Amino acid sequence: MIKHLLSAGDLSREDATQILDTAEEMLSIAKRPIKKLPTLRGLTVVNLFFEDSTRTRISFEAAAKRLSADVINFSAKGSSASKGEGLKDTALTLEAMGADAVVVRHHASGAPHRLAEAGWTRGVVVNAGDGTHEHPTQALLDAFTMRRHLGDLDGRRITIVGDVLHSRVARSNALLLHTLGAKVTLVAPPTLLPVGVEQWPVDTSYDLDASLEGADAVMMLRVQRERMNASFFPSAREYSRRYGMDAARMGRLADHAVVMHPGPMNRGMEISADVADSDRSVIVEQVTNGVAVRMAVLYLLLSGRQDHTEESA
Amino acid sequence: MSTYVIRRASVLGEQVADLLLEDGRITAVGTDLDAPEGATEVDAEGLVALPGLVDLHTHLREPGREDAETVLSGTRAAARGGFTCVHAMANTEPVADTAGVVEQVWRLGREHGYCDVQPVGAVTVGLAGERLAELGAMADSAARVRVFSDDGKCVWDPVLMRRALEYVKAFDGVVAQHAQEPRLTVDAQMNEGPLSGELGLAGWPAVAEEAIVARDVLLAEHVGSRLHVCHLSTRGSVELVRWAKSRGIDVTAEVTPHHLLLTDDLVRSYDPIFKVNPPLRSADDVAAVREGLADGTIDIVATDHAPHPMEDKDCEWGAAAFGMIGLETALSIVQQTMVDTGALTWARVAEVLSANPARIGRVAEHGRPLAAGEPAHVVLYDPAARRVVEPRDTASLSRNTPYAGRELPGRVVATFLHGRPTVLGGTLVEEAHA
Amino acid sequence: MLDERDIARALTRITHEILERNRDSEGVVILGIPTRGVHLARRIAARMSEVEGRTITAGSLDVTMFRDDLRLKPARAIGRTEVPEDVDGKVVVLVDDVLFSGRTIRAALDAVSELGRPKAVQLAVLVDRGHRELPIRADFVGKNLPTSLAEKVKVRVAEHDDADHVTIEGGAA
Repeated sequence: MIKHLLSAGDLSREDATQILDTAEEMLSIAKRPIKKLPTLRGLTVVNLFFEDSTRTRISFEAAAKRLSADVINFSAKGSSASKGEGLKDTALTLEAMGADAVVVRHHASGAPHRLAEAGWTRGVVVNAGDGTHEHPTQALLDAFTMRRHLGDLDGRRITIVGDVLHSRVARSNALLLHTLGAKVTLVAPPTLLPVGVEQWPVDTSYDLDASLEGADAVMMLRVQRERMNASFFPSAREYSRRYGMDAARMGRLADHAVVMHPGPMNRGMEISADVADSDRSVIVEQVTNGVAVRMAVLYLLLSGRQDHTEESA
Repeated sequence: MSTYVIRRASVLGEQVADLLLEDGRITAVGTDLDAPEGATEVDAEGLVALPGLVDLHTHLREPGREDAETVLSGTRAAARGGFTCVHAMANTEPVADTAGVVEQVWRLGREHGYCDVQPVGAVTVGLAGERLAELGAMADSAARVRVFSDDGKCVWDPVLMRRALEYVKAFDGVVAQHAQEPRLTVDAQMNEGPLSGELGLAGWPAVAEEAIVARDVLLAEHVGSRLHVCHLSTRGSVELVRWAKSRGIDVTAEVTPHHLLLTDDLVRSYDPIFKVNPPLRSADDVAAVREGLADGTIDIVATDHAPHPMEDKDCEWGAAAFGMIGLETALSIVQQTMVDTGALTWARVAEVLSANPARIGRVAEHGRPLAAGEPAHVVLYDPAARRVVEPRDTASLSRNTPYAGRELPGRVVATFLHGRPTVLGGTLVEEAHA
Repeated sequence: MLDERDIARALTRITHEILERNRDSEGVVILGIPTRGVHLARRIAARMSEVEGRTITAGSLDVTMFRDDLRLKPARAIGRTEVPEDVDGKVVVLVDDVLFSGRTIRAALDAVSELGRPKAVQLAVLVDRGHRELPIRADFVGKNLPTSLAEKVKVRVAEHDDADHVTIEGGAA
C-alpha cells in the first residue's frame, strides 16, 4: 500500500481493489447497531481545510470517528488569500500536536504533495481535494458505488460529462477508472477540456447524445455558472441544452445504467431535478459510501505504517 | 594601480597566451611576456580566458527588497559567476522609473566595486503599462540608461509599445520586452501542455509569448526601431525572431540558462523552486532555443537572476513567487548545454555572454576583445572542474537555485574588473573596491 | 504433527464436546475466525448438523479491526463478518486454528461484544501451542503442541491450502 493518498494515479489495481474490498466490510459495519470500531484508538486525524467543504469534512470526520480516532478540525480558510499563516506553518503546528494523519483540502493544486514531500509532517497525508488537480477519495467512492451496481468495472463504459478542465473529480476518476479497467469517455464543450487531454487514457467527445449509448454509468460534473462570464460557454441555457442530463437523455440510457453526481448539484444546469431525484440516480448512496471508503483509506494507511518494524505474535 | 600577469591562459579556448593587465587595461597579449616589477603572476594553465561576462537581465532587488538581494550581494554573486557588468532590472520598490532611482543603483554598484551595474529603466511609470516613464531623463542621467524594460510585466498596449520603440531612438535606446500576453496568462502557473492539464495548474501557453513577439517585431519594423526580446522560451518565438531577422528587422533576443537546460516535467514535484516566468517549457522548446542560440537567431544568454527569500518558495506552488537565481551557475549551464555538446565554441560563448549583451546594452567599456589596449575585464574559467551545486554556497542573499544537488561542469577561477581581481583562486576578493 | 485423519478425528471430538457441554444446540452459534478458523468452523457445523439432524450454519467473525497490533504490521486485508443469527442470549463458540498469545481471541471477544450480548462465549481451537500473553484458555482443544517461541506452527486446511495437515517449522530442533 502507498504511504500517502495524493493522487488516484498512485494506486495500483491491487491497492485500489483492496481499498474497495475493505470499504465493503466497512459499509456492513455501518449497518450494525454499534457503528464504532476501536481500530484507530489513540491516533489523531487532523482535517486541515483551507477551503470550505462541509460535506467532505463531515465525511472524513465520521469515518475517523467510527474508527475511534481523535479528530481535530482545522479550518484555515481566510488565511489563504491574505498572507496569514501558510501551509508550512500550519503543518508544523499540527506536527507538534502529533497528527498521525492529515486530511488536507486546499485551493492550490499540489498542496498535499508539498505537505507530504517537503518534510513538514511525518503523518500520513490524504488529499481531500487540491485546486483543480485531484480528489482521490471521491473517485474511490464513485468507483465503489459503481461497483455495487455494475459489479467488476473491467470493461465497463463510464461517461463523465461537464467541466473537466476545472474538475479534480474528473481527473481522479479518469485515472482510477482506467486503472480498474473501465473505458472512460469525457464529454465536454472543447473549452472545458484541458490541453493535452488526448494523452489521457480516455476517449473524449463533444457530443453528449452520441456518448450515452452503451454507457454503464454517467457522471455529471458540477459546472459553475460563472464560467460563462469567462466565455467557456455562452449561457447556462445553452450549456444545459447541450450537456445537461434531463429525463429525455436518461430515457436513452440502458436499463442498468446509473446516473452519478459528486455534488453539490446545480439542478437545472448540468442535471435536471427529475433526474437527480429519479431511481436511476445514486447520488444519495454516494454520500453513504463516502464514509465507508474513507474509513477504508484511513484504516489501510494508518494501520500499515512502515516506520514501526517491531514484530508481534 | 596593481599589475597582473595571467600566464598560459587559453584565450577564448584557442591559442595559449599570457595577458598583462596594467592600470585597468590589457597592455599586452603574447607568449612569455616579461612581467613588470611588482606584478602579480596568475597561473592560468588549463584555464579558458574570456572577456568579462555581461548580463543583460539581473534582478538586484535594491531598493525595496533588500531581504532578497542587494546591489552588494548581487554583484558579489555576479563576480563569482564571471560577470563584470550586470543590467539591474527596473522592478524594484520604488520602480526604477526616474533618474533618481537609476543613479542610486548605478552609484551603489560603483561603490561596491564587484561588478559594474548598468541600470535598466522602466518603460512605463510604476510598470503600470499606462504612460511612458521619463526615458530621456534616465538616458541623460549619470547612469546613462540605454535599456528600458517593464520586465515582469509586458508592455501590452500596442500603442504604448509603439511609442516607446519610437521614443528611445532619440538616444539609441532599446526596449527589452517581457513577452507575455496578459489575458492569455491570467493566474498562469506553468507551461500549458499535457502536464498542466494533468497537474491541474493553470497553463501559460506558448502562444501568449509568441503573439507578443510577432506583434513587436512587426511594430519594430514599422517604426524602424530596435527591439530586444527578453527570456525567449518557445520554438515558435525562435522561429518568429529568425523570420524577423531574415527580413532585416533590428531585433535581438535572449535565452536564460534555465530555459537551455530544464524542462517542465520538473513541475511534477510541485516544488516551487522550479516556478519561473516564463515557465520551464517542453524538451522540444529546449531543443529549439539551443538551436536558435547556436545559429545566432538568439543573440545572448542572460540570467534573469531572480532572488527570492525562502518564505516565498517554501510554500505551495500557487502561492510561491516566480524566479530562480542564476548568476553563479550561468557559465556552467552554457558549457554543459552548448559547449560540451559542440553547439558553441568558447569564442561564440564570449559573443553570447559578453560582446553581444554589451552591444545591445550600449556598454562601450565591456564585451571587448581580449587584446592590447582593451579594458581589463577578464574571466579565467576551468572547464574541466566539476561541482555539485549546494544552495548555501552562494554570495546571493537568496537560495532559490533550481540546480541544488546537480553536478555541473566548470568553475570560475578568477574574475578581473578594470584590471583588479574580484574573484581569485575561486573565491571572492574581499574589499575589492579601491 | 497432525495429518488429515488426525485433524478429522480432532474436529469430530470437538464437535461432540461442544454438544455435550451445550445440551441445547439451538442456542449455539458457531463463529470461525478468518481465514482458517472459518473453514474449521464450517466442518464442525457440518458434523453438528449430522448429529442433530438439522442444518447448522457457521458464521465468520473478522477481528482485524479490533487487534492491538495494527500499527506494528503492514495493513491487513479485512476478512468477512457474517453472523447467521442474532447472538443475543446465545452461546457463541469461537473457532480458530491455533491458540498462541491469546491476542486474537481478546480481539474476537471485543468483536463479539459489538454484535450483541451472548449468554456465554466458548473457544474451540485445533492446536494450542502455549505461550499465552493474556489470561485466556480454550474450552475445546484438538491437540496441545508444546513449542518453542522460535518455532512456527503451520495449519493447512484443504479448502484454503489444498491439504490438511499441521506442521512445526523452524526452531533449534
